Amino acid sequence: MSDWIDVGALDDIAPRGARLVKTPLGCVAVFRTADDEVFALDNACPHKQGPLADGIVHGRAVTCPLHNWVISLETGQAQGADDGGVNTYPARVDGGRILLETSFLQMRAAE
Amino acid sequence: MTQKIIVIGAGMASGRMLEHLFDAGADVDVTLFNAEPRGNYNRIMLSPVLAGDQTYQDIVTHDDDWYAQQGVTCRFGEKVVAIDRAAKTVTADNGDVLGYDKLVFGTGSNPFMIPLPGHDLDGVIAYRDLEDTERMMSLGEGNKAVVIGGGLLGLEAAAGMAARGVDVTVVHIMGHLMERQLDDAAGYLLRKALIDKGITVKCSANSKEILGENGKVRALLLEDGTELPCDLLVMAVGIRPNVALAQDAGVMVGKGIHVDDQMLTSDEHVLAVGECVEHNGALFGLVAPLYDQAKVAAQTLMGAEAAFVQKEISTKLKVTGCDLFSAGDFADADGREDIVFRDPARGVYKRLVIEDNCVIGAVFYGDTADSAWFFGLIKDKTDISEMRETLIFGPAYQGGEPLDPMAAVAALPRDAEICGCNGVCKGQIIDAIDAGAVDLGAVRATTKASASCGTCTGLVEQVLASTLGDAFQMPVAQPVCGCTDLTHEDVRRLIKSQELKSMAAVMQELGWKTSCGCHVCRPALNFYLLVDWPVEYQDDPQSRFINERKHANIQKDGTFSVIPRMWGGITTPDELRAIADAADKYHVPTVKVTGGQRIDLLGVKGEDLPDMWADLNAAGMVSGHGYAKGLRTVKTCVGTDHCRFGTQDSTGLGIKLEKELWGTWTPHKLKLAVSGCPRNCAEATCKDIGVVCVDSGYQVSIGGAAGMEVKQTELLVQVATEAEVMEVVNAVTQLYREGAKYLDRLFKWMNKVGLDWIKEQINDPVIRKEAAARFDLSQSIYRVDPWAEHVREKASTYKPMAEFKLEAAE
Repeated sequence: MSDWIDVGALDDIAPRGARLVKTPLGCVAVFRTADDEVFALDNACPHKQGPLADGIVHGRAVTCPLHNWVISLETGQAQGADDGGVNTYPARVDGGRILLETSFLQMRAAE
Repeated sequence: MTQKIIVIGAGMASGRMLEHLFDAGADVDVTLFNAEPRGNYNRIMLSPVLAGDQTYQDIVTHDDDWYAQQGVTCRFGEKVVAIDRAAKTVTADNGDVLGYDKLVFGTGSNPFMIPLPGHDLDGVIAYRDLEDTERMMSLGEGNKAVVIGGGLLGLEAAAGMAARGVDVTVVHIMGHLMERQLDDAAGYLLRKALIDKGITVKCSANSKEILGENGKVRALLLEDGTELPCDLLVMAVGIRPNVALAQDAGVMVGKGIHVDDQMLTSDEHVLAVGECVEHNGALFGLVAPLYDQAKVAAQTLMGAEAAFVQKEISTKLKVTGCDLFSAGDFADADGREDIVFRDPARGVYKRLVIEDNCVIGAVFYGDTADSAWFFGLIKDKTDISEMRETLIFGPAYQGGEPLDPMAAVAALPRDAEICGCNGVCKGQIIDAIDAGAVDLGAVRATTKASASCGTCTGLVEQVLASTLGDAFQMPVAQPVCGCTDLTHEDVRRLIKSQELKSMAAVMQELGWKTSCGCHVCRPALNFYLLVDWPVEYQDDPQSRFINERKHANIQKDGTFSVIPRMWGGITTPDELRAIADAADKYHVPTVKVTGGQRIDLLGVKGEDLPDMWADLNAAGMVSGHGYAKGLRTVKTCVGTDHCRFGTQDSTGLGIKLEKELWGTWTPHKLKLAVSGCPRNCAEATCKDIGVVCVDSGYQVSIGGAAGMEVKQTELLVQVATEAEVMEVVNAVTQLYREGAKYLDRLFKWMNKVGLDWIKEQINDPVIRKEAAARFDLSQSIYRVDPWAEHVREKASTYKPMAEFKLEAAE
C-alpha cells in the first residue's frame, strides 16, 4: 500500500496555478488545473531548469516561463518538437486536501 | 410474526421503501413519523410548483387514502425526540413511547444556513419544503428577492420567482454558476440565459451581512459594499445530512449516518436510507441512488439478500428552460484529453473528457439530445478510437466515411446557409464570385457573409476555393494561436462588437478549440478584455506571464529582479538608503543602474519578494513595473531646474506624466522620455512616446524604439501647455491600447494604422478628449501599487505550500 502525505489544501493553489513543495532534494511543483485536478512534477524544465511552477497552466500542460517549452502535466514530457522530460509524482485530492504519494520524497532524480 | 417498523421521516427514499414492502406483501406494521405536517410528496417538483406550472396536489406521491389502505399509522407533524436502542423504543414529542423491531432513519437533510449576521431575520429562508415554496410564491411584481447560491436549487428558486415578476438577484461566491456540474464555458452560457430572463447574476460575490429593519430583512450587503435591497432572502447554498437524532441515539455517524451495503447502520436493528446516509464515504442528493437504497432497505427488512452498489451517475437538468447535462469524472487522473465543440449561434457547448480511448466525462449545454448515448459510452467504457474524429457529433455521424471538409462544402446545395448572422446562402456567395468578388474581402463587402461574428470565414473561403478552383489562394492570415482560426484583429473587433466581457465568453462565442486556451492566447485575451471593459472585466493573474503575475522580472536561474519606481529618475538619499538596506537584508548579489534611470536589484528569491516589497513600500517606494507590458519609465533630463540650456521644466513634466500613466497595461512595454531642449539628453526621440521641450512649447512625437529594431520617433503634434501634453499622451496611449495587436510595440501599430490617422484623431478635440477620458477611467482602476496589494493579500502564495526536512524524508 502506498503512503500519502497531506501537503496542503486544494484552495491554497489558484485554479490554473501552481505552488511549490520543498524537499531536501529540490522543489516539487504542485499544479491545479481549471478542472481542479492536481499534478506533481519536478520544478525544473528539462531544457534549462526553468521553474515550471511559474508557468502558465493550460489544459493539462504548463508552459515554462523561460523559453516556452510546453510540458505535459500528466507525463512530464515536453510537447511538440522539443524533447525531454521531468519526473512526475502521484498526486490526488481528497476532501479538499492535496495528497502526494511519499515517493516524491525519495525518488528524486540525482542532480 | 408481524414486524413492527418505525420510520422516521416521510421523504422520497423512505416512501419508496414502503412501496417495495407493501408490493411484496411483507407482514409489517408501520408507524411513520414526519416533522412536516404532511406525507410523502415529490420534492423535486417544488420548482414547477413555484413557477406556477403545477400545484401541491399534483406532486403528492402518497395521499391519505394510500396510507389508510396500507395500514400505516401516520404521525405527521410529530417529531421523535429520543431513541432507546437497548429497549428498542422511540419517544415522540408528546411523550408517547413506542416499541419497534426495526427502526428506519429517513431524516433527509437540512439546508445549510450561512451564519451571516442577520441570518435569523424574518424573511430569510431556505428552499427545502412546501412552506419555503409558498413563502416565495407570496411575492409578486414589484417585490425584490435575493438568492444566495448559484447551484441548481438556487437557480430554480430564482427562475421561479422571476417567472412571477419578482426582481431577482442571484449572488454566487464562485466564479461561475453550478461549478460542481458545469465548467467555465457552460457556466457562462447559463449565466447569459438567466440574464436574458431578467435575473441579475453576481458571481465571485461574497456576502457580508444581512441587513434588517424592525426584525425583517431589508437588504443583503456584499463584501465590496454593494447593497442589494430585498423583501425575501433565499439561502440555497447546500444541504447537510440530518444526523442529530441518530447521533444522540449512538449509532455511528460521520458526515451522514454510516450504512453498509444492506443499508444497516452500526446497530443491526436500525436502517437508514436517503440523504441522511453516508455509504463508503459518499453522500447522496440525486434521486436515482436513493431509490436504489430504498429497494435494498426493503429487501433487508424482509430478510432477503440485496446489496446497494454506487453507480456512475449523470445529471440531466433543465434550469429555466436551458438544457444541461453532466456526467462522469473530471478530476484526479492522468492521461486525459478533451474534445470540445462549440456552436456560438445556437448557444451550444459540448465537452468530452477522454482517457485510454474511453469517454470518462461529459458536459453539454444547450443540446443534450444525445446525452443518453454518451452516458452509455461512459458506463460501458466503450473504446472510441475508431470514431474519435466524429465522436462529438453524436451517434448519427458514426459508421459513415469521414468527410473531407472541402468535398462537404462542394456538395452543399445552393440554398444552404453559410453565414448564420447575415442569412447568406451558398448560392448568393457563388453569384457574387461569378460577378467578380474573387477574395474574402470582396465577398464580405458584396454579400456580408462572414462580416459579423466571423466564425464562418473558413466556410466562405471553402466556397471560394470550390468555385474558383486553383484561381483562389487560401489566405494565410495568422491566427492568434492553435486554439482559434481568428486573427488578433478579428478577436479584438469581436470582443467589442459582441460585447464579450469574460474569457469564457470569448472562448465560447468565438468557438475556441481548446477548453481553456494556451500560453499564447490567454495573455492576449486578458489584455484585450481589460482594455475594452475596464470596469466589468476582472483581471486574471493566471493568464499572465510570470513577470506580471509576480510583479518582478524572472531571471535565467528562476530568481527575480526588483526595480522600485523612481519618478522621472529622481531619487533621495532616504530612498537610496532603503534600497541599500533591502539589498543587504535579502542578500541581493547584483545591484545595477538601468537605462531607464533607476536601480535594479537582481537575484532575489521568489519567496522573499513580498517581504522586500513591504520594506520598500515602507520607505515610500512602489513597483517600477520593470517587468510589465505597461508603462515602464519616463526618462527626464534636469531641464530648467539646473541646466543652462533648458527651455521648460522637463523633470517636473516627466514626473507628472509618470504619476499619470503608471500602472497602465499596454500591448507591449511603453517607454517615455521628456527632454528639456532639442539637445535631447533624455533621448526622447527613440522612445514610444517622446516629448521635446522648445521655447514655444512641447513637441510630442511617437513610434520610437531602441530594441531589436531602432526607430526614430515621428512628430505627432506640437502643443503650448503641459496640460495639453498630458491629454495628448493619455489619448494616444489609449488609442494604442484599444487598437494594437498584443505584443506590438507602438511603432508597429503606427505603421499599420498610419501616422496620418493617429494625427487626425489627436487633432480632433472631441476624439482626443474622449480617448483621454477612457484612459482616465481605466487608470481609476489600474493605477495602484501591485506590490502593496500582494503584500496585503497574497504574500503567502509566494512561499512553498509545504516543506519537508531531511528527517521526514527518511
